[in-house]
Amino acid sequence: MSLTALTITAARDGLRARHFSAEALTLAHLHAIEALNPRLNAYITVSHAKAVDQARAADAALAAGDTRPLLGIPLAIKDLFCTDGVRTTAGSNILRPFVPSYESTVTANLLRDGAVFLGKTNMDEFAMGSSNMTSAYGPVENPWKRRQDAEAVLVPGGSSGGSAAAVAARLALGGTGTDTGGSIRQPASFCGIVGMKPSYGRCSRWGVVAFASSLDHPGPFARTVQDTAILLRSMAGHDPMDSTSADIPVPDYEAACGRDIRGLRIGVPREYRVAGMQNEIEALWQQGLTWLRDAGAEIVDVSLPHTKYALPAYYIIAPAEASSNLARYDGVRFGLRADGEDLRDLYERTRAAGFGREVQRRVLIGTYVLSAGYYDAYYLRAQKVRALILRDFTEGFAHVDALLAPTAPSAAFAQGDNMDDPVQMYLNDVFTGPADLAGVPAMSVPAGLDANGLPLGLQVIGKPFDEETVFAVGAALERAAAFDVSPALLAGR
Amino acid sequence: MSLDPATVRRIAALARIHVEEADIPRLQAELNGILGWIEQLDEVNVDGIEPLTAAATMVLKMREDVVTDGGYPDKILANAPDRAGDFYAVPKVVE
Repeated sequence: MSLTALTITAARDGLRARHFSAEALTLAHLHAIEALNPRLNAYITVSHAKAVDQARAADAALAAGDTRPLLGIPLAIKDLFCTDGVRTTAGSNILRPFVPSYESTVTANLLRDGAVFLGKTNMDEFAMGSSNMTSAYGPVENPWKRRQDAEAVLVPGGSSGGSAAAVAARLALGGTGTDTGGSIRQPASFCGIVGMKPSYGRCSRWGVVAFASSLDHPGPFARTVQDTAILLRSMAGHDPMDSTSADIPVPDYEAACGRDIRGLRIGVPREYRVAGMQNEIEALWQQGLTWLRDAGAEIVDVSLPHTKYALPAYYIIAPAEASSNLARYDGVRFGLRADGEDLRDLYERTRAAGFGREVQRRVLIGTYVLSAGYYDAYYLRAQKVRALILRDFTEGFAHVDALLAPTAPSAAFAQGDNMDDPVQMYLNDVFTGPADLAGVPAMSVPAGLDANGLPLGLQVIGKPFDEETVFAVGAALERAAAFDVSPALLAGR
Repeated sequence: MSLDPATVRRIAALARIHVEEADIPRLQAELNGILGWIEQLDEVNVDGIEPLTAAATMVLKMREDVVTDGGYPDKILANAPDRAGDFYAVPKVVE
Protein backbone atom coordinates (compact mmCIF):
# COMPACT_ATOMS: atom_id res chain seq x y z
CA MET A 1 0.00 0.00 0.00
CA SER A 2 1.23 3.46 -0.86
CA LEU A 3 2.24 5.47 2.20
CA THR A 4 -0.10 8.30 1.17
CA ALA A 5 -3.09 5.94 1.31
CA LEU A 6 -2.67 5.17 5.02
CA THR A 7 -4.97 6.39 7.75
CA ILE A 8 -3.39 8.31 10.62
CA THR A 9 -4.13 5.32 12.84
CA ALA A 10 -2.31 2.91 10.50
CA ALA A 11 0.58 5.34 9.94
CA ARG A 12 1.01 5.73 13.69
CA ASP A 13 1.19 1.96 14.13
CA GLY A 14 3.55 1.56 11.15
CA LEU A 15 5.88 4.26 12.45
CA ARG A 16 5.98 2.79 15.95
CA ALA A 17 6.69 -0.67 14.54
CA ARG A 18 9.42 0.90 12.34
CA HIS A 19 7.85 -0.56 9.18
CA PHE A 20 8.74 2.74 7.51
CA SER A 21 10.35 5.97 8.64
CA ALA A 22 8.67 9.30 9.27
CA GLU A 23 11.01 10.74 6.63
CA ALA A 24 9.76 8.25 4.02
CA LEU A 25 6.16 9.03 4.98
CA THR A 26 6.72 12.78 4.67
CA LEU A 27 8.68 12.46 1.42
CA ALA A 28 5.90 10.35 -0.10
CA HIS A 29 3.50 13.19 0.63
CA LEU A 30 5.87 15.90 -0.62
CA HIS A 31 6.29 13.97 -3.89
CA ALA A 32 2.52 13.62 -4.19
CA ILE A 33 2.16 17.37 -3.65
CA GLU A 34 4.81 18.04 -6.31
CA ALA A 35 2.90 15.87 -8.76
CA LEU A 36 -0.67 16.96 -8.08
CA ASN A 37 -0.63 20.39 -6.45
CA PRO A 38 0.15 22.32 -9.65
CA ARG A 39 -3.28 21.14 -10.80
CA LEU A 40 -5.29 21.12 -7.57
CA ASN A 41 -3.78 24.29 -6.05
CA ALA A 42 -4.65 22.94 -2.60
CA TYR A 43 -1.48 24.32 -1.01
CA ILE A 44 -0.49 27.99 -1.19
CA THR A 45 2.87 27.33 0.49
CA VAL A 46 4.71 23.99 0.72
CA SER A 47 7.31 23.92 3.51
CA HIS A 48 9.45 21.15 2.06
CA ALA A 49 12.69 21.66 4.02
CA LYS A 50 10.95 22.29 7.33
CA ALA A 51 8.75 19.20 6.90
CA VAL A 52 11.76 16.98 6.20
CA ASP A 53 13.54 18.38 9.29
CA GLN A 54 10.45 17.70 11.42
CA ALA A 55 10.20 14.16 10.03
CA ARG A 56 13.87 13.44 10.77
CA ALA A 57 13.40 14.71 14.31
CA ALA A 58 10.37 12.41 14.60
CA ASP A 59 12.47 9.44 13.45
CA ALA A 60 15.08 10.19 16.12
CA ALA A 61 12.33 10.42 18.75
CA LEU A 62 10.67 7.21 17.55
CA ALA A 63 14.01 5.41 17.76
CA ALA A 64 14.23 6.57 21.38
CA GLY A 65 10.83 5.07 22.18
CA ASP A 66 8.85 8.34 22.12
CA THR A 67 5.09 7.64 21.85
CA ARG A 68 3.59 11.10 21.32
CA PRO A 69 0.24 10.70 19.52
CA LEU A 70 1.11 12.45 16.23
CA LEU A 71 4.82 11.71 16.02
CA GLY A 72 5.81 11.82 12.33
CA ILE A 73 2.24 12.34 11.01
CA PRO A 74 2.22 14.75 8.00
CA LEU A 75 -0.59 17.32 8.07
CA ALA A 76 -1.97 20.18 5.95
CA ILE A 77 -2.53 23.47 7.80
CA LYS A 78 -5.15 25.97 6.67
CA ASP A 79 -3.44 29.25 5.83
CA LEU A 80 -5.46 30.99 8.55
CA PHE A 81 -3.32 29.50 11.37
CA CYS A 82 -0.23 31.57 12.10
CA THR A 83 2.88 29.42 11.78
CA ASP A 84 6.22 30.65 13.12
CA GLY A 85 8.51 31.54 10.21
CA VAL A 86 6.08 30.26 7.54
CA ARG A 87 4.09 32.79 5.51
CA THR A 88 0.43 33.06 6.53
CA THR A 89 -1.84 34.78 4.00
CA ALA A 90 -5.46 34.05 5.07
CA GLY A 91 -6.01 33.71 1.31
CA SER A 92 -5.72 37.50 0.99
CA ASN A 93 -3.49 39.86 -0.92
CA ILE A 94 -3.36 42.12 2.11
CA LEU A 95 -1.34 39.47 4.00
CA ARG A 96 0.76 38.40 0.98
CA PRO A 97 4.02 39.47 2.65
CA PHE A 98 3.11 38.35 6.20
CA VAL A 99 5.43 35.89 7.99
CA PRO A 100 4.35 35.41 11.63
CA SER A 101 6.99 35.25 14.33
CA TYR A 102 4.71 33.12 16.51
CA GLU A 103 2.75 29.88 16.37
CA SER A 104 -1.02 29.60 16.86
CA THR A 105 -2.02 27.57 19.93
CA VAL A 106 -3.72 24.87 17.86
CA THR A 107 -0.70 24.33 15.59
CA ALA A 108 1.64 24.53 18.60
CA ASN A 109 -0.41 21.74 20.22
CA LEU A 110 -0.06 19.62 17.06
CA LEU A 111 3.71 20.24 16.98
CA ARG A 112 3.94 19.42 20.70
CA ASP A 113 2.45 16.03 19.86
CA GLY A 114 5.00 15.42 17.09
CA ALA A 115 3.13 16.36 13.89
CA VAL A 116 4.90 17.27 10.64
CA PHE A 117 3.52 20.28 8.70
CA LEU A 118 3.65 19.84 4.92
CA GLY A 119 2.48 23.37 4.19
CA LYS A 120 -0.29 25.94 4.26
CA THR A 121 -3.52 25.30 2.42
CA ASN A 122 -5.63 27.46 0.16
CA MET A 123 -8.87 28.97 1.40
CA ASP A 124 -11.51 31.56 0.67
CA GLU A 125 -10.15 35.00 1.52
CA PHE A 126 -10.35 35.53 5.31
CA ALA A 127 -12.49 32.35 5.38
CA MET A 128 -15.38 34.16 3.66
CA GLY A 129 -16.84 31.80 1.11
CA SER A 130 -18.24 28.37 0.33
CA SER A 131 -16.28 27.50 -2.81
CA ASN A 132 -12.64 28.59 -2.35
CA MET A 133 -13.30 30.90 -5.32
CA THR A 134 -12.59 34.08 -3.32
CA SER A 135 -8.93 33.16 -2.63
CA ALA A 136 -6.36 35.66 -3.89
CA TYR A 137 -4.19 32.62 -4.70
CA GLY A 138 -6.53 31.07 -7.24
CA PRO A 139 -9.30 28.47 -7.00
CA VAL A 140 -8.83 24.89 -5.79
CA GLU A 141 -9.87 21.94 -7.94
CA ASN A 142 -11.93 19.28 -6.18
CA PRO A 143 -10.24 15.89 -6.83
CA TRP A 144 -13.70 14.33 -7.42
CA LYS A 145 -15.16 14.24 -10.96
CA ARG A 146 -18.72 13.87 -12.23
CA ARG A 147 -19.35 10.55 -13.96
CA GLN A 148 -21.29 12.18 -16.77
CA ASP A 149 -19.27 15.38 -17.15
CA ALA A 150 -15.74 14.42 -16.14
CA GLU A 151 -14.26 17.55 -17.74
CA ALA A 152 -16.08 19.91 -15.36
CA VAL A 153 -13.81 21.40 -12.71
CA LEU A 154 -15.66 21.30 -9.38
CA VAL A 155 -15.09 23.38 -6.27
CA PRO A 156 -13.88 21.69 -3.06
CA GLY A 157 -16.28 23.82 -1.00
CA GLY A 158 -15.06 26.44 1.40
CA SER A 159 -13.73 28.18 3.12
CA SER A 160 -11.30 25.40 4.13
CA GLY A 161 -11.26 24.04 0.56
CA GLY A 162 -7.50 23.53 0.29
CA SER A 163 -7.25 21.36 3.41
CA ALA A 164 -10.27 19.28 2.36
CA ALA A 165 -8.96 18.76 -1.20
CA ALA A 166 -5.47 17.93 0.10
CA VAL A 167 -6.75 15.27 2.53
CA ALA A 168 -9.13 13.80 -0.09
CA ALA A 169 -6.42 13.60 -2.78
CA ARG A 170 -3.93 12.06 -0.29
CA LEU A 171 -1.66 15.09 -0.20
CA ALA A 172 -1.81 14.88 3.63
CA LEU A 173 -3.03 12.35 6.20
CA GLY A 174 -5.11 15.01 7.94
CA GLY A 175 -5.48 18.74 8.21
CA THR A 176 -6.81 21.74 10.06
CA GLY A 177 -9.69 24.00 9.15
CA THR A 178 -11.91 26.60 10.71
CA ASP A 179 -15.70 26.65 10.70
CA THR A 180 -17.55 29.96 11.09
CA GLY A 181 -20.70 29.16 9.10
CA GLY A 182 -19.86 25.70 7.75
CA SER A 183 -16.28 26.07 6.50
CA ILE A 184 -15.12 22.66 7.79
CA ARG A 185 -18.26 20.56 7.31
CA GLN A 186 -19.33 21.74 3.82
CA PRO A 187 -15.88 21.14 2.20
CA ALA A 188 -15.66 17.78 4.02
CA SER A 189 -19.00 16.82 2.44
CA PHE A 190 -17.92 18.08 -1.02
CA CYS A 191 -14.61 16.17 -0.85
CA GLY A 192 -15.83 12.90 0.69
CA ILE A 193 -13.89 13.15 3.96
CA VAL A 194 -14.63 13.67 7.66
CA GLY A 195 -14.68 17.20 9.11
CA MET A 196 -15.32 18.06 12.75
CA LYS A 197 -16.35 21.41 14.17
CA PRO A 198 -15.97 21.08 17.94
CA SER A 199 -17.83 23.17 20.54
CA TYR A 200 -17.05 26.87 20.69
CA GLY A 201 -14.15 27.24 23.14
CA ARG A 202 -12.83 23.69 22.67
CA CYS A 203 -9.96 24.77 20.38
CA SER A 204 -8.16 28.02 21.06
CA ARG A 205 -8.53 30.84 18.55
CA TRP A 206 -5.22 32.39 19.57
CA GLY A 207 -3.02 32.90 16.50
CA VAL A 208 -5.87 32.12 14.10
CA VAL A 209 -6.47 35.11 11.81
CA ALA A 210 -9.83 36.44 13.06
CA PHE A 211 -12.92 36.52 10.86
CA ALA A 212 -15.91 36.55 13.26
CA SER A 213 -14.57 35.98 16.76
CA SER A 214 -17.79 34.72 18.38
CA LEU A 215 -18.26 32.18 15.58
CA ASP A 216 -14.76 31.00 14.58
CA HIS A 217 -14.20 27.31 15.46
CA PRO A 218 -10.88 25.61 14.61
CA GLY A 219 -11.21 21.86 13.95
CA PRO A 220 -9.74 18.86 12.12
CA PHE A 221 -10.16 17.04 8.77
CA ALA A 222 -9.20 13.42 8.13
CA ARG A 223 -10.32 10.44 6.06
CA THR A 224 -11.83 8.52 9.00
CA VAL A 225 -13.78 9.44 12.11
CA GLN A 226 -11.12 7.87 14.34
CA ASP A 227 -8.34 9.89 12.66
CA THR A 228 -10.37 13.06 13.20
CA ALA A 229 -10.73 12.10 16.88
CA ILE A 230 -6.95 11.68 17.21
CA LEU A 231 -6.36 15.13 15.69
CA LEU A 232 -9.00 16.91 17.77
CA ARG A 233 -7.61 15.53 21.02
CA SER A 234 -4.26 17.13 20.20
CA MET A 235 -5.71 20.42 18.91
CA ALA A 236 -8.10 20.99 21.82
CA GLY A 237 -7.43 22.22 25.32
CA HIS A 238 -7.60 25.27 27.54
CA ASP A 239 -5.49 28.27 26.53
CA PRO A 240 -5.09 31.30 28.78
CA MET A 241 -4.32 33.36 25.63
CA ASP A 242 -7.95 33.00 24.44
CA SER A 243 -10.44 34.36 26.96
CA THR A 244 -13.22 32.23 25.41
CA SER A 245 -11.20 29.00 25.66
CA ALA A 246 -12.99 26.42 27.80
CA ASP A 247 -11.14 25.31 30.93
CA ILE A 248 -12.48 21.77 30.98
CA PRO A 249 -10.64 18.47 30.45
CA VAL A 250 -10.29 17.06 26.90
CA PRO A 251 -11.69 13.51 26.81
CA ASP A 252 -10.24 10.57 24.87
CA TYR A 253 -12.18 11.05 21.62
CA GLU A 254 -10.60 8.00 20.02
CA ALA A 255 -12.11 5.82 22.74
CA ALA A 256 -15.50 7.48 22.16
CA CYS A 257 -15.46 6.28 18.52
CA GLY A 258 -15.90 2.72 19.76
CA ARG A 259 -18.88 3.46 22.01
CA ASP A 260 -22.08 1.55 21.55
CA ILE A 261 -24.91 3.80 20.37
CA ARG A 262 -27.69 1.41 21.46
CA GLY A 263 -30.33 3.34 23.35
CA LEU A 264 -29.15 6.78 22.17
CA ARG A 265 -31.94 9.10 21.10
CA ILE A 266 -31.23 10.70 17.71
CA GLY A 267 -33.31 13.74 16.77
CA VAL A 268 -34.52 14.56 13.27
CA PRO A 269 -34.91 18.35 13.10
CA ARG A 270 -38.03 18.73 10.97
CA GLU A 271 -37.21 22.31 9.91
CA TYR A 272 -34.12 21.02 8.08
CA ARG A 273 -36.49 19.40 5.58
CA VAL A 274 -36.46 22.57 3.47
CA ALA A 275 -38.56 23.20 0.40
CA GLY A 276 -36.82 22.05 -2.75
CA MET A 277 -34.44 19.66 -1.03
CA GLN A 278 -32.86 17.36 -3.61
CA ASN A 279 -34.39 13.87 -3.59
CA GLU A 280 -31.06 12.11 -3.22
CA ILE A 281 -30.14 14.26 -0.20
CA GLU A 282 -33.50 13.44 1.39
CA ALA A 283 -32.99 9.74 0.56
CA LEU A 284 -29.49 9.70 2.06
CA TRP A 285 -30.80 11.36 5.22
CA GLN A 286 -33.47 8.65 5.56
CA GLN A 287 -30.79 6.00 4.91
CA GLY A 288 -28.67 7.50 7.70
CA LEU A 289 -31.60 7.34 10.11
CA THR A 290 -32.18 3.70 9.14
CA TRP A 291 -28.51 2.90 9.77
CA LEU A 292 -28.64 4.47 13.22
CA ARG A 293 -31.94 2.71 14.04
CA ASP A 294 -30.37 -0.60 12.95
CA ALA A 295 -27.43 0.14 15.26
CA GLY A 296 -29.86 0.39 18.14
CA ALA A 297 -30.58 4.12 18.35
CA GLU A 298 -34.07 5.51 18.80
CA ILE A 299 -35.14 8.07 16.19
CA VAL A 300 -37.14 11.02 17.52
CA ASP A 301 -38.75 13.92 15.67
CA VAL A 302 -37.66 17.32 17.04
CA SER A 303 -38.44 20.92 16.18
CA LEU A 304 -35.90 23.75 15.90
CA PRO A 305 -38.40 26.43 14.92
CA HIS A 306 -35.97 29.31 14.21
CA THR A 307 -33.74 27.36 11.80
CA LYS A 308 -34.70 29.41 8.75
CA TYR A 309 -33.57 32.60 10.47
CA ALA A 310 -30.08 31.30 11.25
CA LEU A 311 -28.45 32.35 7.97
CA PRO A 312 -29.92 35.88 7.82
CA ALA A 313 -28.82 36.39 11.44
CA TYR A 314 -25.42 34.96 10.58
CA TYR A 315 -25.06 37.43 7.68
CA ILE A 316 -25.47 40.32 10.11
CA ILE A 317 -23.36 39.01 13.00
CA ALA A 318 -20.43 37.61 10.99
CA PRO A 319 -19.94 40.70 8.76
CA ALA A 320 -20.32 42.97 11.80
CA GLU A 321 -17.54 41.14 13.63
CA ALA A 322 -15.47 40.95 10.44
CA SER A 323 -15.71 44.68 9.79
CA SER A 324 -14.30 45.25 13.26
CA ASN A 325 -11.63 42.51 13.09
CA LEU A 326 -10.43 43.58 9.64
CA ALA A 327 -10.04 47.23 10.67
CA ARG A 328 -6.46 46.33 11.64
CA TYR A 329 -5.44 45.94 7.98
CA ASP A 330 -4.61 49.54 7.23
CA GLY A 331 -1.27 49.28 5.45
CA VAL A 332 0.69 50.99 8.23
CA ARG A 333 2.46 48.41 10.41
CA PHE A 334 2.33 45.19 8.40
CA GLY A 335 0.89 43.65 5.27
CA LEU A 336 0.27 45.24 1.90
CA ARG A 337 0.47 49.02 1.52
CA ALA A 338 -0.77 51.12 -1.39
CA ASP A 339 0.39 54.71 -1.70
CA GLY A 340 -2.08 57.51 -1.12
CA GLU A 341 -2.25 61.28 -1.29
CA ASP A 342 -2.73 61.49 2.46
CA LEU A 343 -3.21 59.08 5.35
CA ARG A 344 -6.90 58.50 4.70
CA ASP A 345 -6.25 57.87 1.03
CA LEU A 346 -3.47 55.42 1.97
CA TYR A 347 -5.93 53.47 4.15
CA GLU A 348 -8.64 53.46 1.51
CA ARG A 349 -6.40 52.48 -1.40
CA THR A 350 -4.59 49.82 0.67
CA ARG A 351 -7.89 48.19 1.63
CA ALA A 352 -9.30 48.49 -1.91
CA ALA A 353 -6.18 46.81 -3.34
CA GLY A 354 -5.74 44.28 -0.52
CA PHE A 355 -9.29 42.98 -0.08
CA GLY A 356 -11.17 41.03 -2.74
CA ARG A 357 -14.78 41.64 -3.70
CA GLU A 358 -16.43 39.27 -1.20
CA VAL A 359 -14.39 40.61 1.72
CA GLN A 360 -15.22 44.18 0.69
CA ARG A 361 -18.93 43.33 0.50
CA ARG A 362 -18.91 41.83 3.97
CA VAL A 363 -16.93 44.69 5.50
CA LEU A 364 -19.43 47.12 3.94
CA ILE A 365 -22.45 45.14 5.23
CA GLY A 366 -20.85 44.91 8.66
CA THR A 367 -20.08 48.62 8.71
CA TYR A 368 -23.66 49.42 7.73
CA VAL A 369 -25.38 47.20 10.31
CA LEU A 370 -23.18 48.64 13.07
CA SER A 371 -23.57 52.27 11.96
CA ALA A 372 -25.51 54.86 13.95
CA GLY A 373 -29.25 54.45 13.51
CA TYR A 374 -29.14 50.87 12.21
CA TYR A 375 -27.47 49.03 15.10
CA ASP A 376 -30.72 48.15 16.90
CA ALA A 377 -32.66 47.24 13.76
CA TYR A 378 -29.99 44.88 12.45
CA TYR A 379 -27.25 43.89 14.87
CA LEU A 380 -29.21 43.82 18.12
CA ARG A 381 -32.13 42.01 16.47
CA ALA A 382 -29.75 39.42 14.98
CA GLN A 383 -28.23 38.78 18.40
CA LYS A 384 -31.73 38.21 19.82
CA VAL A 385 -32.50 35.77 16.99
CA ARG A 386 -29.20 34.05 17.82
CA ALA A 387 -30.44 33.63 21.39
CA LEU A 388 -33.61 31.98 20.02
CA ILE A 389 -31.53 29.61 17.87
CA LEU A 390 -29.48 28.55 20.90
CA ARG A 391 -32.75 28.10 22.84
CA ASP A 392 -34.05 25.82 20.05
CA PHE A 393 -30.99 23.59 20.44
CA THR A 394 -31.16 23.64 24.25
CA GLU A 395 -34.83 22.63 24.22
CA GLY A 396 -34.22 20.01 21.51
CA PHE A 397 -31.33 18.45 23.43
CA ALA A 398 -33.59 18.04 26.46
CA HIS A 399 -35.18 15.17 24.51
CA VAL A 400 -32.34 13.76 22.36
CA ASP A 401 -28.62 12.95 22.60
CA ALA A 402 -27.68 14.11 19.09
CA LEU A 403 -29.25 15.29 15.83
CA LEU A 404 -28.83 13.93 12.31
CA ALA A 405 -29.17 16.16 9.24
CA PRO A 406 -27.65 16.61 5.80
CA THR A 407 -24.40 18.61 5.74
CA ALA A 408 -24.96 20.63 2.57
CA PRO A 409 -27.91 21.19 0.21
CA SER A 410 -26.02 19.77 -2.81
CA ALA A 411 -22.93 17.90 -3.92
CA ALA A 412 -19.88 19.88 -5.13
CA PHE A 413 -20.79 22.37 -7.86
CA ALA A 414 -18.67 23.60 -10.76
CA GLN A 415 -16.22 26.49 -10.53
CA GLY A 416 -18.11 29.61 -11.56
CA ASP A 417 -21.52 28.39 -10.38
CA ASN A 418 -23.37 30.42 -7.71
CA MET A 419 -21.08 33.39 -8.39
CA ASP A 420 -23.61 35.89 -9.76
CA ASP A 421 -25.70 36.28 -6.63
CA PRO A 422 -23.97 36.44 -3.21
CA VAL A 423 -27.13 35.22 -1.41
CA GLN A 424 -27.23 32.07 -3.59
CA MET A 425 -23.69 31.23 -2.44
CA TYR A 426 -24.59 31.98 1.21
CA LEU A 427 -27.40 29.38 1.08
CA ASN A 428 -24.74 26.62 0.98
CA ASP A 429 -24.54 27.03 4.75
CA VAL A 430 -28.26 26.49 5.39
CA PHE A 431 -27.67 23.27 7.39
CA THR A 432 -24.34 24.19 8.96
CA GLY A 433 -24.83 27.81 10.12
CA PRO A 434 -27.15 27.08 13.08
CA ALA A 435 -24.53 24.95 14.92
CA ASP A 436 -22.00 27.79 14.62
CA LEU A 437 -24.43 30.34 16.04
CA ALA A 438 -25.21 27.98 18.94
CA GLY A 439 -21.57 26.87 19.40
CA VAL A 440 -22.52 23.17 19.51
CA PRO A 441 -20.25 20.44 18.08
CA ALA A 442 -21.05 19.02 14.64
CA MET A 443 -19.34 16.60 12.27
CA SER A 444 -19.75 15.71 8.60
CA VAL A 445 -19.26 12.05 7.67
CA PRO A 446 -19.16 10.84 4.04
CA ALA A 447 -22.25 8.68 3.65
CA GLY A 448 -22.88 8.07 -0.03
CA LEU A 449 -22.66 9.23 -3.64
CA ASP A 450 -25.12 11.22 -5.74
CA ALA A 451 -26.29 10.04 -9.16
CA ASN A 452 -23.20 11.62 -10.71
CA GLY A 453 -20.77 9.80 -8.42
CA LEU A 454 -20.04 12.76 -6.15
CA PRO A 455 -19.78 12.36 -2.37
CA LEU A 456 -22.48 13.54 0.03
CA GLY A 457 -22.04 13.97 3.77
CA LEU A 458 -24.36 13.55 6.71
CA GLN A 459 -24.05 15.77 9.73
CA VAL A 460 -24.17 14.75 13.40
CA ILE A 461 -24.84 17.64 15.79
CA GLY A 462 -24.25 17.21 19.53
CA LYS A 463 -24.75 18.93 22.87
CA PRO A 464 -22.25 21.59 23.96
CA PHE A 465 -18.93 19.93 24.85
CA ASP A 466 -20.32 16.46 24.16
CA GLU A 467 -18.05 15.75 21.20
CA GLU A 468 -17.80 12.18 22.46
CA THR A 469 -21.40 11.36 21.49
CA VAL A 470 -20.83 13.03 18.11
CA PHE A 471 -17.79 10.80 17.54
CA ALA A 472 -19.74 7.70 18.65
CA VAL A 473 -22.64 8.43 16.29
CA GLY A 474 -20.29 9.53 13.48
CA ALA A 475 -18.32 6.29 13.79
CA ALA A 476 -21.54 4.24 13.72
CA LEU A 477 -22.60 6.04 10.52
CA GLU A 478 -19.17 5.45 9.03
CA ARG A 479 -19.32 1.71 9.78
CA ALA A 480 -22.80 1.41 8.27
CA ALA A 481 -22.06 3.53 5.19
CA ALA A 482 -18.80 1.66 4.50
CA PHE A 483 -17.85 4.55 2.22
CA ASP A 484 -14.74 3.33 0.37
CA VAL A 485 -14.86 5.27 -2.91
CA SER A 486 -11.83 7.36 -3.88
CA PRO A 487 -11.75 10.58 -5.88
CA ALA A 488 -10.64 10.53 -9.54
CA LEU A 489 -7.53 12.60 -8.88
CA LEU A 490 -5.38 10.82 -6.38
CA ALA A 491 -1.74 10.86 -5.37
CA GLY A 492 0.07 7.83 -6.68
CA ARG A 493 -2.27 7.26 -9.59
CA MET B 1 -34.61 49.80 3.82
CA SER B 2 -32.84 50.25 0.52
CA LEU B 3 -29.42 51.81 0.12
CA ASP B 4 -29.03 54.75 -2.27
CA PRO B 5 -25.71 55.59 -3.96
CA ALA B 6 -24.92 58.27 -1.39
CA THR B 7 -25.30 55.74 1.44
CA VAL B 8 -23.03 53.26 -0.36
CA ARG B 9 -20.39 55.99 -0.63
CA ARG B 10 -20.83 56.90 3.04
CA ILE B 11 -20.45 53.27 4.19
CA ALA B 12 -17.36 52.80 2.02
CA ALA B 13 -15.87 55.94 3.55
CA LEU B 14 -16.65 54.68 7.07
CA ALA B 15 -15.06 51.32 6.18
CA ARG B 16 -12.02 53.10 4.67
CA ILE B 17 -12.36 51.29 1.36
CA HIS B 18 -11.78 53.25 -1.83
CA VAL B 19 -14.61 52.61 -4.28
CA GLU B 20 -14.52 53.76 -7.89
CA GLU B 21 -17.63 55.69 -8.95
CA ALA B 22 -18.22 53.13 -11.71
CA ASP B 23 -18.51 50.34 -9.12
CA ILE B 24 -21.23 52.05 -7.05
CA PRO B 25 -24.22 50.64 -9.00
CA ARG B 26 -22.92 47.05 -8.74
CA LEU B 27 -22.20 47.41 -5.01
CA GLN B 28 -25.56 49.06 -4.44
CA ALA B 29 -27.37 46.15 -6.13
CA GLU B 30 -25.35 43.50 -4.25
CA LEU B 31 -25.74 45.13 -0.86
CA ASN B 32 -29.47 45.70 -1.38
CA GLY B 33 -29.84 42.05 -2.41
CA ILE B 34 -28.20 40.92 0.81
CA LEU B 35 -30.09 43.39 3.02
CA GLY B 36 -33.41 42.51 1.39
CA TRP B 37 -32.83 38.85 2.22
CA ILE B 38 -31.74 39.66 5.77
CA GLU B 39 -34.90 41.63 6.46
CA GLN B 40 -36.92 38.43 6.91
CA LEU B 41 -35.64 38.66 10.50
CA ASP B 42 -38.35 41.30 11.00
CA GLU B 43 -40.88 38.42 11.11
CA VAL B 44 -39.36 37.05 14.32
CA ASN B 45 -40.91 38.03 17.63
CA VAL B 46 -37.92 38.95 19.81
CA ASP B 47 -39.87 40.66 22.61
CA GLY B 48 -38.21 40.05 25.95
CA ILE B 49 -35.28 38.13 24.44
CA GLU B 50 -31.81 39.04 25.71
CA PRO B 51 -29.27 39.42 22.89
CA LEU B 52 -26.67 36.64 22.74
CA THR B 53 -23.17 37.94 22.18
CA ALA B 54 -21.49 34.53 22.12
CA ALA B 55 -22.49 30.92 22.42
CA ALA B 56 -19.97 30.27 25.17
CA THR B 57 -21.85 30.54 28.43
CA MET B 58 -18.66 30.55 30.46
CA VAL B 59 -17.56 33.23 32.88
CA LEU B 60 -14.55 35.12 31.60
CA LYS B 61 -11.47 34.50 33.72
CA MET B 62 -9.69 37.20 35.67
CA ARG B 63 -5.93 37.32 36.09
CA GLU B 64 -3.39 39.50 37.83
CA ASP B 65 -2.88 42.80 36.01
CA VAL B 66 0.81 42.23 35.33
CA VAL B 67 3.05 42.09 32.27
CA THR B 68 3.27 38.47 31.08
CA ASP B 69 4.78 38.92 27.66
CA GLY B 70 7.14 41.09 25.64
CA GLY B 71 10.82 41.92 25.38
CA TYR B 72 11.31 40.92 21.75
CA PRO B 73 11.19 44.05 19.57
CA ASP B 74 12.77 42.27 16.59
CA LYS B 75 9.92 39.77 16.45
CA ILE B 76 7.34 42.54 16.80
CA LEU B 77 8.98 44.55 14.03
CA ALA B 78 9.66 41.58 11.76
CA ASN B 79 6.75 42.49 9.47
CA ALA B 80 7.15 46.27 9.63
CA PRO B 81 7.47 47.86 6.19
CA ASP B 82 10.18 50.09 7.64
CA ARG B 83 11.80 50.66 11.04
CA ALA B 84 13.97 53.16 12.84
CA GLY B 85 15.76 51.46 15.71
CA ASP B 86 13.13 49.72 17.82
CA PHE B 87 10.30 51.77 16.33
CA TYR B 88 7.97 51.44 13.38
CA ALA B 89 8.78 53.97 10.67
CA VAL B 90 5.48 54.87 9.01
CA PRO B 91 4.19 57.48 6.58
CA LYS B 92 3.34 60.78 8.20
CA VAL B 93 0.11 60.17 10.14
CA VAL B 94 -0.28 63.57 11.81
CA GLU B 95 -1.12 66.42 9.48
